[in-house]
Amino acid sequence: MTFELAIILLPFIVAACIPIFYRRLPKKVIGWVVLVVPLSLFLLLTTYIPRIAKNQTFSNNYEWIPSFNINFTTYLDGLSLIFSLLITGVGSLVILYSIFYLSKKESLHHFYCYLLLFMGAMLGVVFSDHLLVLYAFWELTSVSSFLLIAFWHHRKASRAGARKSMTITVSGGIAMLVGFLMLYSMSGTFSIQEIISNIAGISEHALFIPALVLVLLGAFTKSAQFPFHIWLPDAMEAPTPVSAYLHSATMVKAGIYIVARFTPIFGGEMTWFWAVTGVGLLTLFWGSFNAVKQVDLKALLAFSTVSQLGLIMSLLGLGSIAVYLGYSQDSIIYTQAAFAALFHLINHSTFKGALFMMVGIVDHEIGTRDIRRLGGLMPILPFTFTVALIGSLSMAGMPPFNGFLSKEMFFAATLKITQLDVFSIDSLGVVIPVIAWVASIFTFVYCLIIVGKTFFGKIKPDILDKNPHEAPIGMLIPPFILIGLVVGIFVFPNLLGHYILQPAMASIYPTFPSTEELTPHISAWHGLNMELWMTIGVVILGGTLYYFLKRWKPIYRWIPQRFTLNSLYETIISFSENVSENLTKRYMTGNLTHYFSYIYMVFVIVVAGIFFLTDSFEWSLMSNSSVESFELILVFVVIFAAVAILFTTSRIASVLLNGVLGYSVAFFFVIFRAPDLALTQLVVESVTTALFLICFKFLPDLTPERTSKRVKFTNGVISILVGATVTIVGLAVINYEKFETISTYFEDAYNLAGGKNIVNTILGDFRAFDTMLEVVVLFIAGLGVYTIIKLKAKKGDADIEN
Amino acid sequence: MESLIVVLVGILVSVGTYLILSRHMIRVIVGTAILSHAVHLLILAMGGLKKGIVPLLGQSEGEFTDALPQALILTAIVISFATTAFLLVLAYRTYKTNGTADFRELRGVSDE
Repeated sequence: MTFELAIILLPFIVAACIPIFYRRLPKKVIGWVVLVVPLSLFLLLTTYIPRIAKNQTFSNNYEWIPSFNINFTTYLDGLSLIFSLLITGVGSLVILYSIFYLSKKESLHHFYCYLLLFMGAMLGVVFSDHLLVLYAFWELTSVSSFLLIAFWHHRKASRAGARKSMTITVSGGIAMLVGFLMLYSMSGTFSIQEIISNIAGISEHALFIPALVLVLLGAFTKSAQFPFHIWLPDAMEAPTPVSAYLHSATMVKAGIYIVARFTPIFGGEMTWFWAVTGVGLLTLFWGSFNAVKQVDLKALLAFSTVSQLGLIMSLLGLGSIAVYLGYSQDSIIYTQAAFAALFHLINHSTFKGALFMMVGIVDHEIGTRDIRRLGGLMPILPFTFTVALIGSLSMAGMPPFNGFLSKEMFFAATLKITQLDVFSIDSLGVVIPVIAWVASIFTFVYCLIIVGKTFFGKIKPDILDKNPHEAPIGMLIPPFILIGLVVGIFVFPNLLGHYILQPAMASIYPTFPSTEELTPHISAWHGLNMELWMTIGVVILGGTLYYFLKRWKPIYRWIPQRFTLNSLYETIISFSENVSENLTKRYMTGNLTHYFSYIYMVFVIVVAGIFFLTDSFEWSLMSNSSVESFELILVFVVIFAAVAILFTTSRIASVLLNGVLGYSVAFFFVIFRAPDLALTQLVVESVTTALFLICFKFLPDLTPERTSKRVKFTNGVISILVGATVTIVGLAVINYEKFETISTYFEDAYNLAGGKNIVNTILGDFRAFDTMLEVVVLFIAGLGVYTIIKLKAKKGDADIEN
Repeated sequence: MESLIVVLVGILVSVGTYLILSRHMIRVIVGTAILSHAVHLLILAMGGLKKGIVPLLGQSEGEFTDALPQALILTAIVISFATTAFLLVLAYRTYKTNGTADFRELRGVSDE
């Protein structure tokens, strides 16, 4: 067992222990205990940094289900390391924050259990090399996200948001699973690394493009790309630490991870470039455009996350062009886009995590996140204001913060792509930097909204009445650590670039010989070039737009509510609910008789159907024994009694006729050389008849069946078909002689079991366990009879049984 | 003889099925009883009928009738008796609680 496997398993183990031990722990302590897990994992993972920086990779294989070719293969390289550091690092800060954020009255053990479950699943996603294991962890992140969004499950909006995120991400996950299976059928292996090394063999395959599209569907739904982004704003119903952790820093980046991981496989395709870049840019624009109109701070941050994820996605798309071109001196320049993607991925986690925590503090201390009710909080929450200011400016791409560096690189990458003349880019290429620029203007506007509408302006009197104060120190430490990183990365970007980003670049471009070339030198000042002019333009135009916000905001009302993606989703959901409910109500009538007839119909269709399809009917009278006349009489007595039961309207008569049937069967047993059966049948039949008669004292008399002719006819047809099916199967089986009879074995009963009655030895010795269990069944039935008679449930408290 | 018994079994199954599909509980219970009679005869017929002597050692010489189906049926008789008894008490209870022994009237009852 190596460290990598232990890293994945530890959160699961602790998550499993929490429900068992939480009662023994004081409520204050549980969070601190849980905090140990991500913190120790983070420290453990940092020890990998120097080794990974030397381009080492760690791969381990554990056989799990070898017969199905499913192995637990962990693979740790630069790309996994970035994500695992984010998962454990942000995880530690979020858990520290949540200790102070969540009230002690909440069911904390659930919260931390789900959170650890998520953490383990997420680590599993980034460490798994086996596609199916990756998929399993992938869906587990969706499930734990569902549980966390619905943490306050008494709220309707929480449940709806949880369902929405589950529906969308899991559908995408299933699409991805199909894509994985296609990859398997093409390459014959489930290992990502093996597929990458054999990529030449499968890229011409007919399934290659479908697999690409399906894998992208999974990545896009998870990373909230347009048009699947609608789940992310609704997921903000989760507690704020969860939003900071899952829905900005980690889970939504799983899609980014998949795109980065599969770039070596699919990156050479034109479809990949256009899909990833196009969807990314569209999401970037649409997210930032919609963020501006939000009035809830968390919803605003959600749309901003959508937009930033689109930015990272589009950078990965732009970077994939280098895979298409193959390694050359000219193509190296395009890898900078992927570098910027990874860089911005880390930067986004730092400033967005800090901003979410800031919103959490505002919500916690002031009691609202609605920017229409906020304002002028700067003197009350000075530290929180610092977080908000630095985080927002970094998000807007302003120096001296890390967002500036990655945003400049983003602009540079979009400009560079216009010089390329593949994929007919020369005509369309100009659009890319323009969209990027316009989206950045809106980004600037909503960043100003976050700071301006919350902390500047006049404070509302009702807030002042509550006498709010700054958050406890424990809630301020995590955002300040993140803010420290925001500034620190700006000052020492190349440290990050060299130790963490460079090995990850090697994972995205495994065919490129030197990783040194893949790592550009990041500098804050690179002259008055086009990128800088773009940023200056963003500031001027964005500032103007913010100043005149009230004038142009009405354009958001141009899009009618009916045509939004959300209403489309609602329509689909309610439509499918109605259809399935109507369909189910049609056959689940609540009438037991109907259910019986379904069972019988299925029996007839399946058994008789297979019988005729395989043409198995074979019948001859050859081996039949002779029929005596008195046996014939007995047969007619049985038939007469049976048919008479159908027409009798008196319950006494029907029970007596049933008795006639039973005694006739006993006679048959005598004729067929089964004396034990005959004896038992006689006794049981007498007792049964007596039992029926006793019960009649308490049961109503038979009423004539008030059923319509049609129902009677249908029932008759079903019964005759069932009888016919049994008859033909029985007739065909009589002459079935493919096996030797095993009964001869029991004929040695005296030597084997010491008894002379063979039937008795079978019951009491050879199959004694069966008999014992039969006695148990009798016992249970007796217990049931006793309790049902003694049970004194009144009509009113029928509920206790449920 | 075997074929005749199988046809008889088919008729019994038809009757039992029809009774089970009816509305009144007692008919349904009688239907299950008839079905178990039918199944017992079917199992016995599968082992061959009147092909040998009673399966008791030391009584007389000759080939024995198949003893295995008989052992199975012996178990089945007892179990079906237990089921019938249980069903009867269940019917009694349902009637006490709901005031009816008609399946169609029972539908929609809260703990169906």
